[in-house]
Amino acid sequence: MSLLEVTSVNRGFGPAHARSEILGNINLSIEEGEFVAIVGYSGTGKTTLMSLLAGLLQPDSGTITLAGQPITEPGPDRGIVFQNYSLLPWLTVYENIALAVDQVFPSWTAEQRREHIERHIAMVNLTPARNKVPRELSGGMRQRVSVARTLAMNPKILLLDEPLGALDALTRATLQDEIARIWESEKKTVVLITNDPDEGIYLADRIIPLTPGPRATLGPSIPIPLPRPRDRAAINHDPAFKAIRTRVLDFLLSFQEMRKTTLSKNLLLPDLVPEDLTRSGGPGLFAPRRRPVRRGELKREEIVVRS
Amino acid sequence: MIFSKLKLDSLLLPLIGVVAFVALWFGLSATVSPDLPDPTATWVSSKPVVVEPFAYRGEMDQGILRFTWLSLVLVAKGYAIALIVGTPLGFILGLSKVATKICDPMIQVLRPVSPLAWLPLGMILFMKTGKGVSEMAALFTIAICSMWPTVLNTAVGVRSIPQDYLNVAKVLKLSRTKTLFKVLVPATLPYMFTGFRLSLGIAWLVIVAAEMLTGRPGVGGFLWQQYNSLVYEQIILCILTIGLVGFVLDRLMSLVEARFKTA
Ligand SMILES: Nc1ncnc2c1ncn2[C@@H]1O[C@H](COP(=O)(O)OP(=O)(O)O)[C@@H](O)[C@H]1O
Ligand SMILES: [Mg+2]
Repeated sequence: MSLLEVTSVNRGFGPAHARSEILGNINLSIEEGEFVAIVGYSGTGKTTLMSLLAGLLQPDSGTITLAGQPITEPGPDRGIVFQNYSLLPWLTVYENIALAVDQVFPSWTAEQRREHIERHIAMVNLTPARNKVPRELSGGMRQRVSVARTLAMNPKILLLDEPLGALDALTRATLQDEIARIWESEKKTVVLITNDPDEGIYLADRIIPLTPGPRATLGPSIPIPLPRPRDRAAINHDPAFKAIRTRVLDFLLSFQEMRKTTLSKNLLLPDLVPEDLTRSGGPGLFAPRRRPVRRGELKREEIVVRS
Repeated sequence: MIFSKLKLDSLLLPLIGVVAFVALWFGLSATVSPDLPDPTATWVSSKPVVVEPFAYRGEMDQGILRFTWLSLVLVAKGYAIALIVGTPLGFILGLSKVATKICDPMIQVLRPVSPLAWLPLGMILFMKTGKGVSEMAALFTIAICSMWPTVLNTAVGVRSIPQDYLNVAKVLKLSRTKTLFKVLVPATLPYMFTGFRLSLGIAWLVIVAAEMLTGRPGVGGFLWQQYNSLVYEQIILCILTIGLVGFVLDRLMSLVEARFKTA
């Protein structure tokens, strides 16, 4: 029995007559202690999938269970790190984490809680900034607060939704190393969603591509048997790394053809077309004329768009 | 160079405005409105009330700051009632679509009603309270007129709380009270304080009307009494005082408001 089990999950948005199906037939099972990366284009439903795992959304059909229990509502046993950090702007770094810790460990003494919070702030190297509010922090620092807040809840499973998506390349690399280090020491189960295959391969035990929507679904699970700890510089030249990256990219690119969407557009023609003077017979009273094309007489044209 | 330009803009230009205003005032009283006292006459007649701002010579003959203080106390009470009623009402409207549908038409109809119309109703409502009736009616009028910006801004603030903050509350499983006080209220504060500032402006606007109609001592009551006893000079003094106090109150509230602007 896996820790997290997702079976034939479908999910769409919108009212029945104009429903857009975002996720179709999602199947996923994750073992305890595993680090799984899911990679896909933006706008395909990655956040939707994360919200389903977190319990913030319910599937239209299919089941999701955590340790055998169906997920029906959000809870602190699934620690989610949101794409946009979701820190409360009126609380300091310490207070943001304290809000979570006080809520999850109400039976602890004040001293235990304080020590726990300080330890997690130190874990993400933010002790000097502990009394700052989010507005005074850089994007990377905010993301670290968000990670620390989630880790401090001691969740069964860690859900990271494009945690580094909004950061510059250098900060990104630093934080990837930080995530790798924390995972090595905590041995938590992690689901990482990313739009960067390299990031997924560098961090995870296996990587699963998410096909482009509509009705996005998970592709084959590709194991990453690279030894840990991984060396960022060396890994780029590792043939195994390259092979995995090729597999992921080939899989995603094979959907490019399918992503061609057909748009139908109604073209409105001008009210009247000019008279064709070259016609023989001239504009006689009874001569057959070209019928004027009127407004409302529409021509359909199909345009193929590649996105 | 830059410094002198700054000085010109922030000092000289407003001064030009004031001088132009006083000149217009002189002109008006000299030509079309001979009954309007000119600035010198106003100053001469207002002097006793201004140089002894806290004097008490009788209920309707007090120093101007003493009157202002009386008005401020009344406004403070009415305004407090407006906030105590308006803020929770705003939260209820912001949180519940049903409540919005029930209350919205009533609010839209009651909001534009003038304080002059509410005051008699207040008198009738509190008739039984005997001697305190005029104060109760004044408080009622101030509260009901100044409440709406607080109600509406709070409701808008609650409706525009980002989903992210609510998600945090959900994931942490905060209880309803905790969600309210740890997430909803702090997230709405900037909007609430905008409402509070606008409400205070209206409360101060209403005080004059309320005092005039009830004849209570205060800047507005004093103004009305001086008009009735044909002492026109001090009316202008009252208008200036009301304007200045209103301006200071608005500035103070802006400071508080800026304090609560979170990122
Ligand atoms: N609450 C919602 N209501 C309607 N449509 C939504 C909602 N959430 C997401 N979608 C739609 O689902 C699609 C996938 O969104 P999302 O899961 O955020 O993508 P990703 O995280 O992969 O960029 C988008 O087209 C988006 O418009
Ligand atoms: Mg997303």
